[in-house]
Amino acid sequence: MSATVFASSALDALGDVADGATVMIGGFGPAGQPADLVAALLEQGASDLVVVSNNAGNGEDPLARLIQHGRVAKMVCSFPRQVDSWHFDAAYRSGTVELELVPQGSLAERIRAAGAGIGAFFTPTGFGTPLAEGKEHRRIEGVDQVLEYAIHADVALVRADRADGVGNLVYRKTARNFGPIMAAAARRSVAQVRDVVPVGQLDPEAVVTPGIYVDAVVELTEVTSTAGTSTAGTVAAGTDGSA
Amino acid sequence: MSARDTVARGAPLTRAQLAARVAADIAPGSYVNLGIGLPTLVADHLAADSGIMLHTENGMLGMGPSPEPDDVDPDLVNAGKAPVTELPGASYFHQADSFAMMRGGHIDVCVLGAFQVSTSGDLANWSTGAPDAVPAVGGAMDLATGARRTVVMMSLLTKDGAPKLVERCTLPLTGVGCVSRVYTDLAVFDVGPGGVRVVETFGTTHRELETLLDLRAAGTG
Repeated sequence: MSATVFASSALDALGDVADGATVMIGGFGPAGQPADLVAALLEQGASDLVVVSNNAGNGEDPLARLIQHGRVAKMVCSFPRQVDSWHFDAAYRSGTVELELVPQGSLAERIRAAGAGIGAFFTPTGFGTPLAEGKEHRRIEGVDQVLEYAIHADVALVRADRADGVGNLVYRKTARNFGPIMAAAARRSVAQVRDVVPVGQLDPEAVVTPGIYVDAVVELTEVTSTAGTSTAGTVAAGTDGSA
Repeated sequence: MSARDTVARGAPLTRAQLAARVAADIAPGSYVNLGIGLPTLVADHLAADSGIMLHTENGMLGMGPSPEPDDVDPDLVNAGKAPVTELPGASYFHQADSFAMMRGGHIDVCVLGAFQVSTSGDLANWSTGAPDAVPAVGGAMDLATGARRTVVMMSLLTKDGAPKLVERCTLPLTGVGCVSRVYTDLAVFDVGPGGVRVVETFGTTHRELETLLDLRAAGTG
């Protein structure tokens, strides 16, 4: 991994994302969602994306709008159905987006495995359920287990609280969720943070994601609201005005 | 079913009473995960000095109650994405660690809601099987199979009066043989490889339960 780059805008930090890329997006609902980076992805224009994210957008947030705009070919997800996930619901019902539904813990471990160089693993989760149909299984130490493969990504978009000058990251409360494992699982990882501090200002004992996993950082002191009304609204007005 | 138990004692439990009954079985010092919905009520009945630590699978141990409106923090939510608080001794961790904690058998008790539970302990709680529904599973399957002890908390009957404790689940399964005890408004049952056993009744009798559930094995204990 080369040194972490510090960008001046979310779009610069995002860089080039190819059509058909697999993109991991951190967050558990709005908590920890890198809304400005996803809004930048909307603006950047890549399509036919495979998006790996626990949820499939809330309300008019940037992830929901990415789906609305037909830019997502497939969602790999544990919980796409939310009271306000109308854009995913519509795309799923019309057959324009494919869904791979994965139990949340298996989703997390598949992402972790990719970052750790593990090709696949056996887990008891899901055995005997519809989500394990067609998957290899084996009885190990008396427990039936399902074979689950690692999920790699071209790009990971995560939100952290602070970065230091070499890209070490710390998070805030339950917004940590998928950030550390996604940052490690992608060929290129981009973090939006509230604050960048000089090298030496983060306690090495408290670093959660070492900078080796982080390729680009953008400092955004005003984080886009979880309803997606600021940055997402701006992007929407610039693309189709449907916000 | 025993002949001695033909007179109904007490009354069916309210939701709060049911939550208190579940809480009464959780040992002090336990690490506990409370599923979304009805099980979250159990938190209100855990004694402050019990040392019980709540796990929320989105990445926290030591979860506290809902905040005052002015103290809502969008970075601090539970598995249902509702705002919560942190208690002294809390810790945060990422998703893979959170589910390793669950899958690895470190969580003592998991309390889940259910659409159906079978007498052998199979659980169906993630899908109503409706063909037009958008499927979503979240952590349900990991929680069901991971904890040392998985118990269910539910009303015994659906709104239409159909039993939710059944010989065989007809809805899509969440886990196989993963539930050991079922707490309901009318009775507490143990379930598992040996079938179902009535532990306690509330405002009903073993005989009435037998009729209601049409379970041949019911009350063999």
